[in-house]
Amino acid sequence: MNPQTLLEGLILSLVAIAGGAVVLTRDPLNQALGVSFFGLMLSAMFYIFQAPDVALSQMVIGAVALPLIILLTLARIRRNTK
Amino acid sequence: MTTYAYVVAAWLFAIGLFGIVTSKNLVHMCLCLTVVQASTYLLLTGVGYRPGGTAPIFVNLPAGAPIVDPVVQALMLTDIVVETTVVALMLALTVQIHKKTGNCDPNATTALQG
Amino acid sequence: MKLRLTLFGLGICGLVALYGTVIAHMPGPGKMHSPYSRAINKLCVPQRHVTDAVTAVNFDYRGFDTLGEEFILFASVMGTLVLLREAAENKGPLSGDSASEPRNVRPTEAVRVTALALVGPTVVFGVYVVTHGQLTPGGGFQGGVVLATAPLLVYLADDFKTFKRITSHALIEISEAVGGGMYAVIGAIALVLSRPYMTNVLPLAQSGGIASGGIIPLISIATGLEVAAGFVLLLYAFLQKTLAERESS
Repeated sequence: MNPQTLLEGLILSLVAIAGGAVVLTRDPLNQALGVSFFGLMLSAMFYIFQAPDVALSQMVIGAVALPLIILLTLARIRRNTK
Repeated sequence: MTTYAYVVAAWLFAIGLFGIVTSKNLVHMCLCLTVVQASTYLLLTGVGYRPGGTAPIFVNLPAGAPIVDPVVQALMLTDIVVETTVVALMLALTVQIHKKTGNCDPNATTALQG
Repeated sequence: MKLRLTLFGLGICGLVALYGTVIAHMPGPGKMHSPYSRAINKLCVPQRHVTDAVTAVNFDYRGFDTLGEEFILFASVMGTLVLLREAAENKGPLSGDSASEPRNVRPTEAVRVTALALVGPTVVFGVYVVTHGQLTPGGGFQGGVVLATAPLLVYLADDFKTFKRITSHALIEISEAVGGGMYAVIGAIALVLSRPYMTNVLPLAQSGGIASGGIIPLISIATGLEVAAGFVLLLYAFLQKTLAERESS
């Protein structure tokens, strides 16, 4: 088993664990962090599977845009509740 | 490792769907949908990957080297960016639903209200 | 809830059965050679003078699909803006509420300096990614999102008022429309010359140069403009109501 295959197996397992964690976290605020981590794992997965274009796209979206939009949504919902 | 990628794709699809079915919060539901979406990325990556292949960037490539499929990568690339704006649209709908009904529980907003 | 879980369980059983059968009959790893990908890997350098095959597929061979994706993006940004629009009648009671909200905490000097120092490199990197999509991994979609994070860094370093000032609303809306329209117009130039839609009409420069690929860099720039403007509009829409009143209190 060469190192590339090992790395592929490892990153796929991490993606599976992170995806499960995102779903099973019931509090949306904690979930925003989970989504960020899941995005980072997906990005590493694309990089290891030789898709640098997709990895770049996923990195910016997963690390910045999506968690920020979630946090701002939660802030708005909380403010409307008051 | 491509077979394992297909298995992980099925797992993400199933767990994401489970999250949607049992969700108690619309924001949580939207994020479960992004996990379901990610399962398609794994499937496409698995389809396009070739063991020992290199990325389809034709700079200083040795002749005859195996190259991964660029078509599926192009499919995923646009989808990742567009998906985020669609999730933003769904979250904006969530904000509006919360404003109208006062809560975010999908079970409480089943009936259409004028 | 019990009925729903039962249905879900049945669905998963069906998925496992069908998907498992499909996987068992798939060709083994590395045996899947789609003729389409082989053709593109062989042709994209000699035919389009482009070294990044993914960008060639995205903006040329399957450029019409990407045009559709662009309009999905455009439509969902517009939808979000409409949904989050300030309703005039809500102004009164809300501004009364916000008096009790805590004042916005000013960022510390360390955050301000780091964020401001990163604005320049972020813009340069974003422009680089947008314009070099045909040579290295990158292109309009990725670079556009990178560019959209630059105003966000300014917001981190300062406050919402500054963010609002540098992302002058009308101009961003115009860029969004121009980015979407430019893509369609570049494709239509070929129609005027009685060639099929989105045929390359520009000279293909030497492969490896920034102008290589004919219309591909232009389409990439149009996409970058649209994606960057779209994300800034999204952030603006979510930020304005959450933070505008907190700032003014």
